[in-house]
Amino acid sequence: MVLLTLMAAVTIGIVRARNLFAVVVLSGIYSFLMASVMIVLDAVDVAMTEASVGAGMSMVLMLGVLYLTKVEEAVPSHTPWLPLFVAVGTAAVLLYGTVGLPPFGAAENIVHAHVAPRYLEQSIAETTVPNVVTSVLASYRGFDTLGETVVIFTAGFAVLLLLRGRRRSRPSDDA
Amino acid sequence: MEFVEQIVSHYNQWITIFLMVAGLYIVVARGNMVKKLVGLSLFQTSVYLLYLSPGKILGGTAPILEEGFEVYSNPLPHVLMLTAIVVGLATLAVGLALVVRINEAYGTIEEDEIFADGEDGK
Repeated sequence: MVLLTLMAAVTIGIVRARNLFAVVVLSGIYSFLMASVMIVLDAVDVAMTEASVGAGMSMVLMLGVLYLTKVEEAVPSHTPWLPLFVAVGTAAVLLYGTVGLPPFGAAENIVHAHVAPRYLEQSIAETTVPNVVTSVLASYRGFDTLGETVVIFTAGFAVLLLLRGRRRSRPSDDA
Repeated sequence: MEFVEQIVSHYNQWITIFLMVAGLYIVVARGNMVKKLVGLSLFQTSVYLLYLSPGKILGGTAPILEEGFEVYSNPLPHVLMLTAIVVGLATLAVGLALVVRINEAYGTIEEDEIFADGEDGK
Protein backbone atom coordinates (compact mmCIF):
# COMPACT_ATOMS: atom_id res chain seq x y z
CA MET A 1 0.00 0.00 0.00
CA VAL A 2 2.88 2.34 0.85
CA LEU A 3 4.58 1.41 -2.42
CA LEU A 4 1.44 2.12 -4.38
CA THR A 5 1.10 5.53 -2.76
CA LEU A 6 4.74 6.28 -3.57
CA MET A 7 4.04 5.31 -7.16
CA ALA A 8 1.15 7.74 -7.31
CA ALA A 9 3.44 10.47 -5.94
CA VAL A 10 6.10 9.76 -8.57
CA THR A 11 3.40 9.88 -11.23
CA ILE A 12 2.39 13.37 -10.12
CA GLY A 13 6.06 14.30 -10.42
CA ILE A 14 6.17 12.93 -13.97
CA VAL A 15 3.07 14.92 -14.94
CA ARG A 16 4.41 18.17 -13.47
CA ALA A 17 8.10 18.05 -14.46
CA ARG A 18 9.12 20.09 -17.51
CA ASN A 19 12.71 18.91 -17.70
CA LEU A 20 12.60 15.76 -19.78
CA PHE A 21 15.73 14.39 -18.13
CA ALA A 22 13.92 14.53 -14.79
CA VAL A 23 10.90 12.89 -16.41
CA VAL A 24 12.98 9.98 -17.68
CA VAL A 25 14.71 9.47 -14.32
CA LEU A 26 11.36 9.62 -12.54
CA SER A 27 9.98 7.02 -14.92
CA GLY A 28 12.94 4.82 -14.01
CA ILE A 29 12.10 5.23 -10.32
CA TYR A 30 8.51 4.47 -11.18
CA SER A 31 9.53 1.24 -12.92
CA PHE A 32 11.55 0.06 -9.93
CA LEU A 33 8.63 0.83 -7.62
CA MET A 34 6.40 -1.10 -9.99
CA ALA A 35 8.83 -4.03 -9.84
CA SER A 36 8.69 -3.95 -6.02
CA VAL A 37 4.91 -3.95 -6.10
CA MET A 38 5.04 -6.94 -8.44
CA ILE A 39 7.19 -8.84 -5.94
CA VAL A 40 4.60 -8.11 -3.26
CA LEU A 41 1.96 -9.44 -5.65
CA ASP A 42 4.00 -12.70 -6.01
CA ALA A 43 4.84 -12.00 -9.66
CA VAL A 44 8.59 -12.50 -9.32
CA ASP A 45 9.25 -13.25 -12.99
CA VAL A 46 7.35 -10.17 -14.07
CA ALA A 47 9.20 -8.08 -11.49
CA MET A 48 12.58 -9.14 -12.87
CA THR A 49 11.45 -8.36 -16.40
CA GLU A 50 10.06 -4.99 -15.37
CA ALA A 51 13.25 -4.04 -13.52
CA SER A 52 15.47 -4.92 -16.46
CA VAL A 53 13.22 -3.92 -19.36
CA GLY A 54 11.13 -1.11 -17.86
CA ALA A 55 13.79 0.55 -15.74
CA GLY A 56 16.90 -0.49 -17.67
CA MET A 57 16.22 -0.72 -21.40
CA SER A 58 13.49 1.92 -21.63
CA MET A 59 15.62 4.44 -19.75
CA VAL A 60 18.62 3.80 -21.96
CA LEU A 61 16.49 4.25 -25.09
CA MET A 62 14.89 7.44 -23.78
CA LEU A 63 18.19 8.93 -22.68
CA GLY A 64 19.57 8.16 -26.14
CA VAL A 65 16.67 10.02 -27.72
CA LEU A 66 17.11 12.95 -25.34
CA TYR A 67 20.76 13.10 -26.36
CA LEU A 68 19.65 13.42 -29.98
CA THR A 69 16.87 15.93 -29.32
CA LYS A 70 16.10 18.58 -26.70
CA VAL A 71 15.91 18.25 -22.93
CA GLU A 72 13.50 21.08 -22.10
CA GLU A 73 9.79 20.78 -22.72
CA ALA A 74 8.00 23.86 -24.07
CA VAL A 75 5.05 25.31 -22.17
CA PRO A 76 1.92 24.10 -23.97
CA SER A 77 0.01 26.87 -25.74
CA HIS A 78 -3.50 25.57 -25.06
CA THR A 79 -5.18 25.26 -21.68
CA PRO A 80 -5.20 21.85 -19.99
CA TRP A 81 -8.89 21.93 -19.06
CA LEU A 82 -10.29 19.75 -21.83
CA PRO A 83 -7.79 16.88 -21.32
CA LEU A 84 -8.23 17.24 -17.58
CA PHE A 85 -11.97 16.92 -18.02
CA VAL A 86 -11.53 13.84 -20.23
CA ALA A 87 -9.16 12.28 -17.69
CA VAL A 88 -11.38 12.95 -14.69
CA GLY A 89 -14.42 11.70 -16.60
CA THR A 90 -12.63 8.46 -17.48
CA ALA A 91 -11.50 8.07 -13.87
CA ALA A 92 -15.04 8.54 -12.61
CA VAL A 93 -16.42 5.87 -14.94
CA LEU A 94 -13.63 3.43 -14.01
CA LEU A 95 -14.05 4.12 -10.28
CA TYR A 96 -17.73 3.40 -10.63
CA GLY A 97 -16.73 0.12 -12.29
CA THR A 98 -14.51 -0.98 -9.39
CA VAL A 99 -17.44 -1.03 -6.97
CA GLY A 100 -18.67 -4.29 -8.48
CA LEU A 101 -15.26 -6.00 -8.51
CA PRO A 102 -14.44 -8.80 -6.06
CA PRO A 103 -12.24 -7.97 -3.03
CA PHE A 104 -8.46 -8.09 -3.29
CA GLY A 105 -6.63 -11.34 -2.57
CA ALA A 106 -9.50 -13.69 -1.82
CA ALA A 107 -8.86 -17.28 -2.98
CA GLU A 108 -12.48 -17.84 -4.07
CA ASN A 109 -12.36 -15.05 -6.67
CA ILE A 110 -13.53 -16.13 -10.09
CA VAL A 111 -10.13 -15.48 -11.75
CA HIS A 112 -8.65 -18.41 -9.87
CA ALA A 113 -11.27 -20.84 -11.11
CA HIS A 114 -10.66 -21.97 -14.69
CA VAL A 115 -7.30 -22.76 -16.28
CA ALA A 116 -5.01 -21.57 -13.47
CA PRO A 117 -5.52 -24.58 -11.14
CA ARG A 118 -5.01 -26.92 -14.09
CA TYR A 119 -1.68 -25.27 -14.89
CA LEU A 120 -0.64 -25.50 -11.24
CA GLU A 121 -1.66 -29.16 -10.90
CA GLN A 122 -0.46 -30.54 -14.21
CA SER A 123 2.67 -28.49 -14.79
CA ILE A 124 5.10 -30.94 -13.19
CA ALA A 125 3.53 -33.99 -14.83
CA GLU A 126 3.29 -32.49 -18.29
CA THR A 127 6.36 -30.29 -18.59
CA THR A 128 8.55 -31.19 -15.55
CA VAL A 129 9.16 -27.46 -14.98
CA PRO A 130 8.56 -26.37 -11.37
CA ASN A 131 8.19 -22.69 -12.28
CA VAL A 132 4.64 -22.55 -13.57
CA VAL A 133 5.11 -19.16 -15.21
CA THR A 134 7.88 -20.61 -17.33
CA SER A 135 5.94 -23.70 -18.28
CA VAL A 136 2.87 -21.70 -19.28
CA LEU A 137 4.97 -19.19 -21.21
CA ALA A 138 7.08 -21.68 -23.11
CA SER A 139 4.83 -24.71 -23.32
CA TYR A 140 1.09 -24.18 -22.86
CA ARG A 141 1.10 -20.75 -24.48
CA GLY A 142 4.12 -21.20 -26.70
CA PHE A 143 2.34 -19.72 -29.71
CA ASP A 144 1.71 -16.51 -27.75
CA THR A 145 5.41 -16.27 -27.11
CA LEU A 146 6.15 -16.97 -30.75
CA GLY A 147 3.83 -14.08 -31.68
CA GLU A 148 5.60 -11.90 -29.13
CA THR A 149 8.98 -12.58 -30.68
CA VAL A 150 7.50 -11.79 -34.11
CA VAL A 151 6.36 -8.42 -32.72
CA ILE A 152 9.81 -7.72 -31.32
CA PHE A 153 11.44 -8.71 -34.59
CA THR A 154 9.09 -6.42 -36.50
CA ALA A 155 9.78 -3.57 -34.08
CA GLY A 156 13.53 -4.02 -34.35
CA PHE A 157 13.20 -4.09 -38.11
CA ALA A 158 11.09 -0.91 -38.08
CA VAL A 159 13.61 0.90 -35.88
CA LEU A 160 16.41 -0.12 -38.21
CA LEU A 161 14.48 1.08 -41.27
CA LEU A 162 13.60 4.38 -39.59
CA LEU A 163 17.13 5.11 -38.47
CA ARG A 164 18.95 3.72 -41.48
CA GLY A 165 18.76 6.87 -43.59
CA ARG A 166 20.26 9.08 -40.92
CA ARG A 167 23.27 6.93 -40.25
CA ARG A 168 24.87 7.93 -43.52
CA SER A 169 24.60 11.63 -42.75
CA ARG A 170 25.65 11.43 -39.10
CA PRO A 171 27.49 8.20 -38.39
CA SER A 172 28.37 9.02 -34.77
CA ASP A 173 25.29 8.06 -32.76
CA ASP A 174 22.35 5.73 -32.61
CA ALA A 175 19.26 5.47 -30.43
CA MET B 1 -15.63 0.36 9.30
CA GLU B 2 -17.16 -0.97 6.16
CA PHE B 3 -15.81 2.07 4.29
CA VAL B 4 -12.27 1.27 5.47
CA GLU B 5 -12.63 -2.30 4.25
CA GLN B 6 -13.86 -0.99 0.94
CA ILE B 7 -10.75 1.23 0.65
CA VAL B 8 -8.32 -1.58 1.51
CA SER B 9 -9.87 -4.10 -0.84
CA HIS B 10 -10.01 -1.68 -3.78
CA TYR B 11 -6.86 0.38 -3.17
CA ASN B 12 -4.90 -1.40 -5.93
CA GLN B 13 -7.62 -0.76 -8.44
CA TRP B 14 -7.89 2.89 -7.50
CA ILE B 15 -4.16 3.47 -7.84
CA THR B 16 -4.31 1.61 -11.14
CA ILE B 17 -7.01 3.96 -12.33
CA PHE B 18 -5.06 6.98 -11.13
CA LEU B 19 -1.95 5.88 -13.02
CA MET B 20 -3.98 5.10 -16.12
CA VAL B 21 -5.70 8.47 -16.08
CA ALA B 22 -2.41 10.28 -15.44
CA GLY B 23 -0.95 8.58 -18.51
CA LEU B 24 -4.01 9.50 -20.55
CA TYR B 25 -3.76 13.11 -19.39
CA ILE B 26 -0.08 13.35 -20.36
CA VAL B 27 -0.76 11.87 -23.79
CA VAL B 28 -3.59 14.31 -24.50
CA ALA B 29 -2.37 17.48 -22.80
CA ARG B 30 1.37 17.58 -23.43
CA GLY B 31 2.81 18.47 -26.80
CA ASN B 32 6.28 17.07 -26.28
CA MET B 33 6.74 13.74 -28.02
CA VAL B 34 9.08 12.16 -25.48
CA LYS B 35 6.72 13.17 -22.69
CA LYS B 36 3.84 11.65 -24.62
CA LEU B 37 5.73 8.36 -24.88
CA VAL B 38 6.44 8.39 -21.14
CA GLY B 39 2.72 8.95 -20.61
CA LEU B 40 1.94 6.06 -22.91
CA SER B 41 4.22 3.75 -20.94
CA LEU B 42 2.61 4.96 -17.69
CA PHE B 43 -0.72 3.92 -19.15
CA GLN B 44 0.79 0.58 -20.09
CA THR B 45 2.31 -0.16 -16.68
CA SER B 46 -1.01 0.63 -15.03
CA VAL B 47 -2.44 -2.23 -17.06
CA TYR B 48 0.20 -4.58 -15.59
CA LEU B 49 -1.08 -3.64 -12.16
CA LEU B 50 -4.67 -4.13 -13.30
CA TYR B 51 -3.86 -7.70 -14.36
CA LEU B 52 -1.55 -8.70 -11.52
CA SER B 53 -3.70 -7.47 -8.62
CA PRO B 54 -6.53 -10.00 -9.04
CA GLY B 55 -3.97 -12.80 -9.53
CA LYS B 56 -2.68 -12.40 -5.98
CA ILE B 57 -4.06 -14.64 -3.25
CA LEU B 58 -3.45 -13.39 0.28
CA GLY B 59 -1.27 -15.94 2.06
CA GLY B 60 -0.25 -17.46 -1.26
CA THR B 61 3.24 -17.62 -2.69
CA ALA B 62 4.88 -17.17 -6.07
CA PRO B 63 3.82 -19.88 -8.56
CA ILE B 64 6.99 -21.97 -8.31
CA LEU B 65 5.99 -25.46 -7.26
CA GLU B 66 7.79 -26.65 -4.15
CA GLU B 67 7.17 -29.04 -1.29
CA GLY B 68 5.51 -27.41 1.68
CA PHE B 69 3.49 -24.79 -0.16
CA GLU B 70 -0.19 -25.21 -0.90
CA VAL B 71 -1.49 -21.86 -2.11
CA TYR B 72 0.00 -20.28 -5.21
CA SER B 73 -0.89 -17.03 -6.92
CA ASN B 74 -2.46 -17.25 -10.33
CA PRO B 75 0.34 -17.74 -12.90
CA LEU B 76 -1.71 -16.79 -15.95
CA PRO B 77 -1.67 -12.97 -15.50
CA HIS B 78 2.08 -13.15 -14.90
CA VAL B 79 2.61 -14.82 -18.26
CA LEU B 80 0.37 -12.34 -20.05
CA MET B 81 2.15 -9.39 -18.43
CA LEU B 82 5.59 -10.76 -19.32
CA THR B 83 4.51 -10.64 -22.94
CA ALA B 84 3.00 -7.18 -22.48
CA ILE B 85 6.17 -5.72 -20.95
CA VAL B 86 8.35 -6.92 -23.79
CA VAL B 87 5.90 -5.80 -26.46
CA GLY B 88 5.69 -2.46 -24.63
CA LEU B 89 9.45 -2.04 -24.96
CA ALA B 90 9.20 -2.85 -28.68
CA THR B 91 6.51 -0.24 -29.32
CA LEU B 92 8.41 2.30 -27.21
CA ALA B 93 11.52 1.72 -29.31
CA VAL B 94 9.59 2.28 -32.54
CA GLY B 95 8.00 5.43 -31.09
CA LEU B 96 11.34 6.83 -30.02
CA ALA B 97 12.83 6.10 -33.43
CA LEU B 98 9.94 8.05 -34.98
CA VAL B 99 10.66 10.92 -32.57
CA VAL B 100 14.27 10.99 -33.71
CA ARG B 101 13.17 11.12 -37.34
CA ILE B 102 10.62 13.86 -36.63
CA ASN B 103 13.28 15.86 -34.86
CA GLU B 104 15.44 15.56 -37.95
CA ALA B 105 12.71 16.59 -40.35
CA TYR B 106 11.31 19.50 -38.33
CA GLY B 107 14.06 20.41 -35.90
CA THR B 108 11.69 20.09 -32.96
CA ILE B 109 9.76 17.48 -30.99
CA GLU B 110 7.01 19.87 -29.84
CA GLU B 111 3.64 19.19 -31.45
CA ASP B 112 2.65 22.87 -31.57
CA GLU B 113 5.80 23.92 -33.40
CA ILE B 114 5.40 21.09 -35.92
CA PHE B 115 1.82 22.19 -36.67
CA ALA B 116 2.98 25.82 -36.97
CA ASP B 117 5.57 24.62 -39.49
CA GLY B 118 2.86 22.92 -41.53
CA GLU B 119 0.72 26.07 -41.64
CA ASP B 120 3.61 28.08 -43.04
CA GLY B 121 3.34 25.90 -46.13
CA LYS B 122 6.63 24.11 -45.76
